[in-house]
Amino acid sequence: MDAESLLLSLELASGSGQGLSPERRASLLTSLTLVKRDYRYDRVLFWGRILGLVADYYIAQGLSEDQLAPRKTLYSLNCMEWSLLPPATEEMVVQTSVVKGRFMGDPSHEYEHTELQKTSEGDKVFEEEVVVQIKEETRLVSVIDQIDKAVAVIPRGALFKTPFGPIHVNRTFEGLSLSEAKKLSSYFHFREPVELRNKTLLEKADLDPSLDFMDSLEHDIPKGSWSIQAERGNALVVLRSLLWPGLTFFHAPRTKNCGYIYVGTGEKNIDLPFML
Amino acid sequence: MEDLTYPKQEQENQEPGEAGRPWEERAASSQDPKSGLSEPLEPEERPETGPSPRSSPAQSPRSRASTPLDDLTGPGASSSLSPPQEASFSPTLALARQEHSDKTTNVNPKAGTPRSHHLEQSSDKGEWTAPATCQSEGNAFQQSQQTKHHLYGPKDVSDNSSKQKELRFNIFQEEDSNSNYDLDHAGPGVSEAAPSLLEIAIQSAKAYLQKTSSKSGLNLYDHLSDMLTKVLDEHPENAVDIIESISQDVKMAHFRKKLDTLQNENEMLPIYEIAEKQKALFLQGNLEGADQELEDEIAENSLPNVMESAFYFEQAGVGLGTDETYRIFLALKQLTDTHPIQRCRFWGKILGLEMNYIVAEVEFREGEDEEDIEDEDVTEERDDGDSEAEENDEDELPRTFYKTPQAIPKEESRTGANKYVYFVCNEPGGPWVKLPSVTPAQIVTARKIKKFFTGRLETPIVSYPPFPGNESNYLRAQIARISAGTHVSPLGFYQFGEEEGEEEEEVEGRRDSFEENPDFEGIQVIDLVESLSNWVHHVQHILSQGRCNWFNPIQKSEEEEEEEDEEKEEEKGEEPDYMEQEVGPPLLTPISEDLEIQNIPPWTTRLSSNLVPQYAIAVLRSNLWPGAYAFSNGKKFENVYIGWGHKYSPDNYTPPALPPVYQEYPSGAEITEMDDPSVEEEQAFEASREAAALPVEEMEDTEEDEDEEDDED
Repeated sequence: MDAESLLLSLELASGSGQGLSPERRASLLTSLTLVKRDYRYDRVLFWGRILGLVADYYIAQGLSEDQLAPRKTLYSLNCMEWSLLPPATEEMVVQTSVVKGRFMGDPSHEYEHTELQKTSEGDKVFEEEVVVQIKEETRLVSVIDQIDKAVAVIPRGALFKTPFGPIHVNRTFEGLSLSEAKKLSSYFHFREPVELRNKTLLEKADLDPSLDFMDSLEHDIPKGSWSIQAERGNALVVLRSLLWPGLTFFHAPRTKNCGYIYVGTGEKNIDLPFML
Repeated sequence: MEDLTYPKQEQENQEPGEAGRPWEERAASSQDPKSGLSEPLEPEERPETGPSPRSSPAQSPRSRASTPLDDLTGPGASSSLSPPQEASFSPTLALARQEHSDKTTNVNPKAGTPRSHHLEQSSDKGEWTAPATCQSEGNAFQQSQQTKHHLYGPKDVSDNSSKQKELRFNIFQEEDSNSNYDLDHAGPGVSEAAPSLLEIAIQSAKAYLQKTSSKSGLNLYDHLSDMLTKVLDEHPENAVDIIESISQDVKMAHFRKKLDTLQNENEMLPIYEIAEKQKALFLQGNLEGADQELEDEIAENSLPNVMESAFYFEQAGVGLGTDETYRIFLALKQLTDTHPIQRCRFWGKILGLEMNYIVAEVEFREGEDEEDIEDEDVTEERDDGDSEAEENDEDELPRTFYKTPQAIPKEESRTGANKYVYFVCNEPGGPWVKLPSVTPAQIVTARKIKKFFTGRLETPIVSYPPFPGNESNYLRAQIARISAGTHVSPLGFYQFGEEEGEEEEEVEGRRDSFEENPDFEGIQVIDLVESLSNWVHHVQHILSQGRCNWFNPIQKSEEEEEEEDEEKEEEKGEEPDYMEQEVGPPLLTPISEDLEIQNIPPWTTRLSSNLVPQYAIAVLRSNLWPGAYAFSNGKKFENVYIGWGHKYSPDNYTPPALPPVYQEYPSGAEITEMDDPSVEEEQAFEASREAAALPVEEMEDTEEDEDEEDDED
C-alpha cells in the first residue's frame, strides 16, 4: 500500500484483522517520508509485517520511476530505523528452502541445518554431516522475494507501459468497474511477466499491449489460490491469497484506492490442495 | 464491417503464395453476378473525379482496380501489374482510391457491392506487395470510412483525407507499442501473420475508439472526425490553439433534449441492499418505546462493551476497523434484544472463501430454546432404526460381527464444549444463525482435517475421514477447539465456584465451573508480559475423546448390550475392562504449561507500546492458533480470534493414515476341509458296512455310524 495514503489503506484492509496500533501508524507515516527523501525513491510502499516470535519485522519497499524495476526492500523492527536488505538471489531461495517454522524476530539469528554430504576419499564414499548456518536476514530476503513474485497484485490499468519501455503509474486510472472487479482476470501480478512470454499469438490477440503487459491472476496454480470477496456491499473488493495466507489486496471499485499488505508468519501454505 | 473483412482475411491465409493473377480471376468471377450493378456506376464516377491520376494507367491503382469492373476479361488487365509499381503505391494513392470509394457510396444507394470490390482488390495487393503495412492500413481506413459515410451521408472529400492522416498517426503509435511482438514478423508482407495481426490490432484500437460512452452516447471516433470536419470547414487561424474549444463546440452541437418517456428503473445494487439492512441496526434505538426502558436495561446488561475492547485491541494492532466494529456492536445489540441472552461476547471473525463469519458467543437465560435438542433426538432415533432394520434382514446367514465403535454422546448444553451457544452472521446487519451444539465425533474428526470455510453454512464438508455434518458443524467444532485453546484470563480473575456441588466434581479430580473473583485486585501489566504463568485458561481442555468431561465408553456399552452373543463378550473380555481415564490439564491452568510446538513457544507476549510503557497494555498472541489474541490492562481482559480458523503446524498437513486392513480368518480347523473320500476308502467303507450288515460283527466306529446315517438320509 502506498505510504502516502497509509491511513485510508489500513482502514480498507482491516477486514482481515490486520491492523497497526496508533503508535506504529504514526511512526510509519513519519519514518517512511524520511525514507523516501533519504533513499530518493519515487514511491514508497508499506509492504507489511512478518510476525516473529520475539519481534515483528516491518517491511517497506522503495520504487523507482519504472514501476516494475527491481525494488529495494527495507526492514525495521521499531518502525523508525530502517535498514536496506540485499537483493534476493536464486541461491538464497535454494539455501533457505530447508528452513521451516516461524521467524524469530532477530535478524542475526542463525538457523542450523544439518545436511548429509557425500565425500569420496579414494574409493570409499563417506556421508558427513555438515552443519549449515543460515542467517535469518537471508531468509527474510528470500521470503519477501517469493511473496512478491507469487502474490503481489495490481489491478488492470493501474499501470501502463510507456512507448519508451518503462512502466508508469496510470494517472487516468479510475478503478475497475463493478463487474470487472469481481473477476480474477482484471488483476495482475505486480512483477515482470513470466507466463506472458510463453503464450501463443492467438492468446495474445485480445491483449492491449499498453495495459496487458503483466501476468493475470486467473491462471495461477493451483486454481483457487485466491479468495475474492465483495465486502461492505460491493464498496470494497478484497482478494486474499490462500497460498500465502496473510496477503490481503483491497480495491474500492471506481476509485484509485488499491494496494496490498502482508501480515503473516512468512510461511507458504503448502496444504492448499487439501483445504479447498 | 467486420463481416466484410474477415472472410477476406481467411482467403489470404489460405492462399499465401498465390500470385495476383489467379486471385484477380477469382475476384472477377465472384463479381460476375454483381457486375450488372457496378458497371452502370462507372460513368457516374468518372466525370466527378475529373482528370485524376487514374487516367494514366501506369501510376493509378484506381484504374487498375477498376479494370475488373470495366471489362470482365480482368486477367489480361491485371497481368500488367508488377511489383515495382506496387512499391510506389503510396498512402496518398490509397487516399485517391479512397475518395472514389466514398463517391461510390454516396452515389450508390446500395453501397454494399462496390465497396466489396475495393476491399478485395486492395487486400489482394497488400498481400504480395512490399509496403504491406501501409496497404493494410489504408485498407482498414477505407473500411472504416465507408461505414462512416454510410452512416453520416455525404462529406467533404478533403475532410476525409485529413481525417485519415490523423488516424494513421494513431495507428503508427499503436504499431510502436505493438513492436515487441510484431518484430518477430518484421519481413513486411512476407508472412501472412503480420498483416492479420496488425489488422486485428487496428481493429481493436478502432473498436475501442468507437466505444460509445454510456453517459453522452457519443464515441471518440465520431467526435474526432467531427472536430476535424469542423476545422477543415471553417479553416480557423492556429487551429491547434483553439482545439479545446472546438471540441467543446462539437460536443455542444450534439446536445439533444432527452425525449424518452421511459423512466430509468434504479438498479438495485448490493451496496444499497446492505445499507438498507444496516439501517435497521442504527434505527433500533429509536424504534423502541419509552415504556420498554426497563427491559432495555436488562438487555443492555448482557451486551458487551465491544468498543472498549476494540480500543484496547487497536492498541495491540488487532481489529477490524472502527466502522466495522461499530456495526458488529450494533448487530450484537440486535441479537441481545431479540433473544433471552444472559451474557454475550464478540467471539471473533472467521474468514471464508466467499463470505466471512462474525461469531457471537452467548449464554442464554433459563429458557434456552428446545428446538435444537428435539432435532437431534430425532436424528439419533433415526440412526437406531436404520441399524436395527439392517440386522433383522438376515437371520440365517452369519451376521456381521463388526459393531460401529461406541458413539460418544455429546455433552449437555451449558456444560463442557457446549457451555456456550454461538451465533454467526456473514455481515453485520445480516440475520444471526444459531450454530448447532457440537458432538465429540465432530471434534475428533475436525482435528484430522483442514478445510477452508466457504462462508455458506450448508456447504457439505468433503474430506477424509468423512466429517459428520456440514460446514455449520465444522465451524462449531473449530470454534470449540479455538476457544478451548486460546481463551485465557489473568491469574486470579476467576475462581472456582463454591456453592456448586464441588464434592462430586472433586471426586473426578476436576471442577468445571468458576466465577468471577470479587476480590481481584489486578496484576501489574509488566508481570503479565514477563511471565506466562500469570495467564490461565478459563475454558475446559478438550480431551482427545472430543469431550471436556470424561465419558467411559466401556461401562455404558456393557449395560446397553447385555443380550449380546457370548462370542461378543469373550471378545470384550480381551479388551481391558476399564479404560484408563483420560485427563487433561484442569481448569484455570497457567498457560506456561501449554505444550510447545517443536521448539516454538505457544504464546508470544508483548507490551503494546515501548514508548509509553506506563499506559501500555499486555498483548498475548497465540502461536498455535494464528489470529487469536488476548489483552489485559491488569484489570480487564478480552480474547478475540480473527483468522482462517486453522491450527498452526510447522510441518505440512498430512491426511490421517488409512485404518488398518482387517485380517482374514486364520486358516484353522473351521476353515480347512478334508480331501474327498478316495475310492479305496469308499470301498473299505462299503466292505465294513457289508460286514456290519452281518449280525456277527460290531466293529463300527462312531464316525462311520454317523456317515452311515448321512448316507441313509
